[in-house]
Amino acid sequence: MSDSIVSLIGVEKSFGKNKVVKNMNVEIKGGEFLTLLGPSGCGKTTTLRMIAGFEEVSSGTIKVQGESVADKEPYERDVNTVFQNYALFPHMTVFDNIAYGLKIRKRPKNEIINRVNEMLDLVQLKGYEKRKPDALSGGQKQRVAIARALINNPKVLLLDEPLGALDLKLRKQMQVELKRLQKKLGITFVYVTHDQEEALTMSDRIAVMNEGVIEQLAAPREIYDRPLTRFVAGFIGESNIFDGKVKGVHDGIIDVETSAGTMKVKGNGFEAGEDIHISVRPEYIKVSGDSAEGFNLKGKIKDYIYMGTFVKTSVDLKDNTEIKYSRFEKDENFKEGDSVNIYWNPERAVAIKAKR
Amino acid sequence: MKKNSFKRNTLPALAMAGPVSLWMILFVTLPMLYIIFISFMSRGVFGDVVYEFSWESYKTLLDSTYFKVIIKSMKAAFVTTVLCILIGYPFAYYIAKKPKEVASKLIMLIMIPFWTNSLMRLNSWLLLFQTSGPVNNFLQNAGFIDVPINFVYTDGLVMLGMITNMLPFAVLPMYSSIEKLSKSLLEASADLGASRGTTFFNITLPLTFPGIFSSIILVFIPTLGIYTVTDMLGGGKVLYIGNIIKNQFGAIRNWPLGAALSVLLIVITGLLIFIYTRFAKIEDMEVV
Repeated sequence: MSDSIVSLIGVEKSFGKNKVVKNMNVEIKGGEFLTLLGPSGCGKTTTLRMIAGFEEVSSGTIKVQGESVADKEPYERDVNTVFQNYALFPHMTVFDNIAYGLKIRKRPKNEIINRVNEMLDLVQLKGYEKRKPDALSGGQKQRVAIARALINNPKVLLLDEPLGALDLKLRKQMQVELKRLQKKLGITFVYVTHDQEEALTMSDRIAVMNEGVIEQLAAPREIYDRPLTRFVAGFIGESNIFDGKVKGVHDGIIDVETSAGTMKVKGNGFEAGEDIHISVRPEYIKVSGDSAEGFNLKGKIKDYIYMGTFVKTSVDLKDNTEIKYSRFEKDENFKEGDSVNIYWNPERAVAIKAKR
Repeated sequence: MKKNSFKRNTLPALAMAGPVSLWMILFVTLPMLYIIFISFMSRGVFGDVVYEFSWESYKTLLDSTYFKVIIKSMKAAFVTTVLCILIGYPFAYYIAKKPKEVASKLIMLIMIPFWTNSLMRLNSWLLLFQTSGPVNNFLQNAGFIDVPINFVYTDGLVMLGMITNMLPFAVLPMYSSIEKLSKSLLEASADLGASRGTTFFNITLPLTFPGIFSSIILVFIPTLGIYTVTDMLGGGKVLYIGNIIKNQFGAIRNWPLGAALSVLLIVITGLLIFIYTRFAKIEDMEVV
């Protein structure tokens, strides 16, 4: 609590009757890289805009450095934003764009020049200061937007899908650069994206949002390995998700009945008869000609897809659920159309409570 | 090969641009050349055009009475333009910030006067402001004045008529440029620490300058040559270039002088448009 720089306490936002952010509680720690991740319309951008001050909070409190910002206009807040479409001022040069925050504050001229040069160094744009935004590439515009937002030495930098408009290769490169920049400057980054891979690579913590609610807030590894909800399991990475009922629990291993067959999963706090979701990552799926103990999942191998670093295989189960599994090399024992049994190590599968 | 490319490229272009070009040549270029031609001819005794070269009309223009009217017209057009911009910009800004449905209704309200006959509009101004009209009645009843003020046929009423006539032309281009302005630019400015006023002068105003300049052109040029407003609201007592041109071609029948005045208007207009295109080019370069 003491080291949190931004606090969202019971924050809600409605547009008319439409509640887009519901009872949001997050403590953002100083110097951390926190990502708000979710599909479009989940309320992540709205949350960011409320922190920046572009949207009013319908109820709840936002604190920056322990102080409520409810009465503060965007220009009075110690946070800066990198906009999705860069929002560079088209009538100003790169220099003037970056210098804007200092010029507004009427800083002395030599300080402005020094700071802008520092920023140009930081984002590696030396020599571009006289260009207009339209004469820059997407990646360069992005750097200008970052430099412009950083020149005021904000406590928190808000980034709204900053890499969304870039092509894949440049995006990967900028992900690494942004992460390095954040470590170097030690500024808190609040980053909005719908790209789960981006979130996993860059973040210290990820808040997975869906329909205005944070489904899970944890480190990337935790989110990937132990999703708390069915949504998180499906949204982060690839996963095979089964919906079923608990048949019985023995020594922390749960027997589950689904329409595709029976299976086993490790988990605590489940009782016979209750609804359960099971998530198994493709890399943990095993295939065999004989059935494994506790498993009854029969299917036909549908196809092999060569993906470069690994081979992805789909198997159709009896209820037409498609199971995906991946291997580094093609399984030589089976070919397309073969009947197989699916199983896995119960400890590698995740048991997820059904929503009440 | 050459014939082929003529068929492929020149013919369709000719078919598409031909009719318009023909129209422009017949109804714009030729009459304009004719006006220029006449302006260098002399006037016959009976008000006819005598085809003898003469500088007479242009010399008359420099005559103090005409020169004064020209200056006065330009001044009036200038003041009208400035006032239209000053009134129109906040108006356009207000509309542009409204939600789309509301904005389109407000724009409708601006357009409605366009559909009303201009003589009717001008006459209503006369009725409103005549000695026994509602405005004077109100001022008298409210005790502001004892004797009715004479508004009719004054420069002031002419100015009012011109402004109300021209305001839509001022509002629409400015509205479209303000409306086009991306909201995120304003947010970015606020985010970086600029108050609303600072944002307006640093971002909004410079980026909507092309719209303001279009408005200036659209208001200034027609105002300079307007004669209906001055005729009706000025009652022939208030003379502007437009009235004089009309009179020269009509009652006075001095076509060469009327033509010379028209040429002067064309030159002023041409100059303004030249400045505008230069200016627009600079704006383009700045954006590029």
